[in-house]
Amino acid sequence: MALDAGLVGRSYPPSAVYEVGRVAIAQFAAALGSTDPVHLDPDAARAAGHPDVIAPPTFAIALTLSAAGVVVADPDVDLDYSRVVHGEQRFVHHRPIRAGDRLIATPTIEAVRSVAGNDLLTTRVDVATEDGEPVCAATSMLVARGAA
Amino acid sequence: MTARVRAADVAVGTELPERVYTVTRADLVRYAGASGDFNPIHWSDRVATSVGLPGVIAHGMLTMGLAGRAVSDWAGDPAALAEYQVRFGRPVVVPDDDTGAEVTVRGRVAALLDEGRVRVDLTVTSGGEKVLSLARAVVRLG
Repeated sequence: MALDAGLVGRSYPPSAVYEVGRVAIAQFAAALGSTDPVHLDPDAARAAGHPDVIAPPTFAIALTLSAAGVVVADPDVDLDYSRVVHGEQRFVHHRPIRAGDRLIATPTIEAVRSVAGNDLLTTRVDVATEDGEPVCAATSMLVARGAA
Repeated sequence: MTARVRAADVAVGTELPERVYTVTRADLVRYAGASGDFNPIHWSDRVATSVGLPGVIAHGMLTMGLAGRAVSDWAGDPAALAEYQVRFGRPVVVPDDDTGAEVTVRGRVAALLDEGRVRVDLTVTSGGEKVLSLARAVVRLG
């Protein structure tokens, strides 16, 4: 069944603060097999001009995925989660995420579409520090495959 | 905080070094823990086949992360990726063996933008099939 076009533009309350730790960044880098010292060694990161170790460019998903989950859990969003696959993902970075950041994620429904019996839901999650400095925007398109 | 590759050194058509990554079940477990994505289609054959998949598949975000690493390693600076987007086309099926699946990342400079930025278009394949489409990054070069 089609998603309600009136959902476009709906925003959700900001998430709780996600405090970015050095260990979380190191584990994410290790999971991608990256040994770049800017992810692992605060001195190397400072030598490269960063205040602390920086996260790989897709690290934001660790907090934006659960923020997008808030949208899927909205009872007005009629999406069969058991049939959902990740269709597209986009990141726009204002600056790298770094250890010590205290981040807040705010989801907004950007688009709903119905294509060939599939429901497409596009959610943008804006990530900022708790002081309001924009850090990145993560846009996810989820596809609920039609039951046919 | 600047990339090792300089904008002046690249042109439209400049190719990134091809990178081949191996993805095993152990890598999926590690990525699940690091990302917080514990969807069982990435670790349970029973669940994966029950939803019509051929078997356990890699997290699309792991494939995206590996392709992003290929770009970061080329540029010499993970902070250089200003924008990065992909469409998840086909899943990467990861067998329960010691060999795993291979993910091959190729890239080329597709456009020169302002302020030393370039657009890199990526071709990401596994088993000869394209697994990501419309995969592109805007990279700030030195």
